Amino acid sequence: MKISTVAYSCGQGIKNIKRNKLFSLASVGTITACIFLIGLFYIIIANFQYLVKEAEDSVCITVFFDEDIKENRIEEIGELIRKRVEVSEVKYTSGDEAWEEYKNTYFAEDPELAEGFKDDNPLAGSSHYEIYLNDLKMQNAFVTYLKTISGIRKVNFSESTASTLTDFAKMVGYVSIVIIVILFAVGIFLISNTVMIGITVRKEEIRIMKLIGATDVFVRLPFIIEGIVIGLIGAVLPIMALILIYQKIVVYIMTQFQSFTNLVSFISARQIFSVVVPMALLIGAGIGFIGSMITVRKHLRV
Amino acid sequence: MIVLENVSKSYSTGAPAIKDISLKIDDGEFVFIVGNSGSGKSTLIKLLLKELEPSTGSIEVNGKNLKNIRRKKIAEYRRGIGVVFQDFRLLKDRNVYENVAFAQRVVETPHKIIRRRVPAMLALVGLAEKYRSYPKELSGGEQQRVAMARALVNDPAMLLADEPTGNLDPSNSWEIMKLLEEINNRGTTVVVVTHNREIVEAMNKRVITMHKGVILSDEKKGEYSYENQYSGI
Ligand SMILES: Nc1ncnc2c1ncn2[C@@H]1O[C@H](COP(=O)(O)OP(=O)(O)OP(=O)(O)O)[C@@H](O)[C@H]1O
Ligand SMILES: [Mg+2]
Repeated sequence: MKISTVAYSCGQGIKNIKRNKLFSLASVGTITACIFLIGLFYIIIANFQYLVKEAEDSVCITVFFDEDIKENRIEEIGELIRKRVEVSEVKYTSGDEAWEEYKNTYFAEDPELAEGFKDDNPLAGSSHYEIYLNDLKMQNAFVTYLKTISGIRKVNFSESTASTLTDFAKMVGYVSIVIIVILFAVGIFLISNTVMIGITVRKEEIRIMKLIGATDVFVRLPFIIEGIVIGLIGAVLPIMALILIYQKIVVYIMTQFQSFTNLVSFISARQIFSVVVPMALLIGAGIGFIGSMITVRKHLRV
Repeated sequence: MIVLENVSKSYSTGAPAIKDISLKIDDGEFVFIVGNSGSGKSTLIKLLLKELEPSTGSIEVNGKNLKNIRRKKIAEYRRGIGVVFQDFRLLKDRNVYENVAFAQRVVETPHKIIRRRVPAMLALVGLAEKYRSYPKELSGGEQQRVAMARALVNDPAMLLADEPTGNLDPSNSWEIMKLLEEINNRGTTVVVVTHNREIVEAMNKRVITMHKGVILSDEKKGEYSYENQYSGI
């Protein structure tokens, strides 16, 4: 296959699209919708997972001890906790350290006020372990276990919002997969019909081509290129839309909901679109190729 | 060399269009095929192009049985043949230049050569100025000459022309015949179907006369005269 032949076929393929505007437009529209949704779901899920990961990494369980506990019992408890498989990290903070930190945070401008507590640490009973888990799903069971250990006065933990987030992300994932598969099928169906119309209109022409020695590839290539070009156009539009929308939304949320911007963070546009752009182009070209190939194989066996 | 052995062809309806024909055409020959309307001339051309398959019998071209050419190799076989269809079969949505260039694109001729070769071919058939016209803007004779240019543009080893002068005035007909003769002199095997008695007589070539699907006579160069054409009926 020579370059001039490929160039010629490209020209013919684009001509086909122009000649069959209505159907080409419908196909582009469907693929645009399909890829827009795929991109959108991907972005949502990726951000969710990012969020969940961040949240999970920062969620910890805090364990306080009985007032009259001995130092070595604290160490024993530490050993017990470290032995558990679900625990990823354990940090010990003594009452004195807690006070130091508190002082630095709240009495930074007024160290003399803090001096008044010098020999009577108000946080003496606040020695604690910070425990980080591997998997937040195990949190409830783990907390129950902690409460059975003698010497533990109190267990602080946040109700696991993170795991509901994970469940939600999963559900969004399943629903989106179903919708995407349906749109994918519709896209392929429409492209294959668009190409078929082109073939039907040019039946006679194709016959003549064959009679003067055109190979299958030569006859088919313009139609396959037609499909791929439609697919690519259908990919470029949603990419541009998504980039625009993503940046707008991130900025909007950051400015409108400043109070929780320290809770929520987004993946950078550059990072997420370095995946979305090639993915969209590939899917677009893929739908186009599959759709036209199906028709071409069925109808161009002269 | 073209060899037909006991070839018959029946369409799904009616009597067979070709009945038990055996025939040999050597490389470099110039052959006229004449006969009444409906005698099977076009059917014979279509068999040679492998547009149709014979119902029985075998057709060999250059030692290869057409029946044994695999689907993928048909294009290759047809590339060696220039063909002028009785109904022209030009591509309606392409102008004259593109119609002729198309035959070259099919065989992947480089762009540079197409640009030189197509205008030269069009000049040869007297259509140099009409290169931008579309088929529907041309007279029957002009379309026929475009078809001729397309058939010849690739320098085929074999030329099949089904009534290439059917719509032409005498002077244009002669031009085309001279062109065919010249091409034949350069080694191309030429098979021409025609009703033009005057031309057939003047050209002094081999003439195969068909009638109702059989070969009525096959006269070598110089033997043909219209008077004895139907003497056998
Ligand atoms: N596609 C077809 N289906 C059925 N019958 C056909 C078909 N094509 C041709 N025939 C019949 O086959 C016979 C031979 O036709 P053909 O076209 O070969 O004749 P011809 O010699 O070329 O005639 P003409 O000089 O008018 O072109 C005719 O009787 C015709 O009716
Ligand atoms: Mg005919």
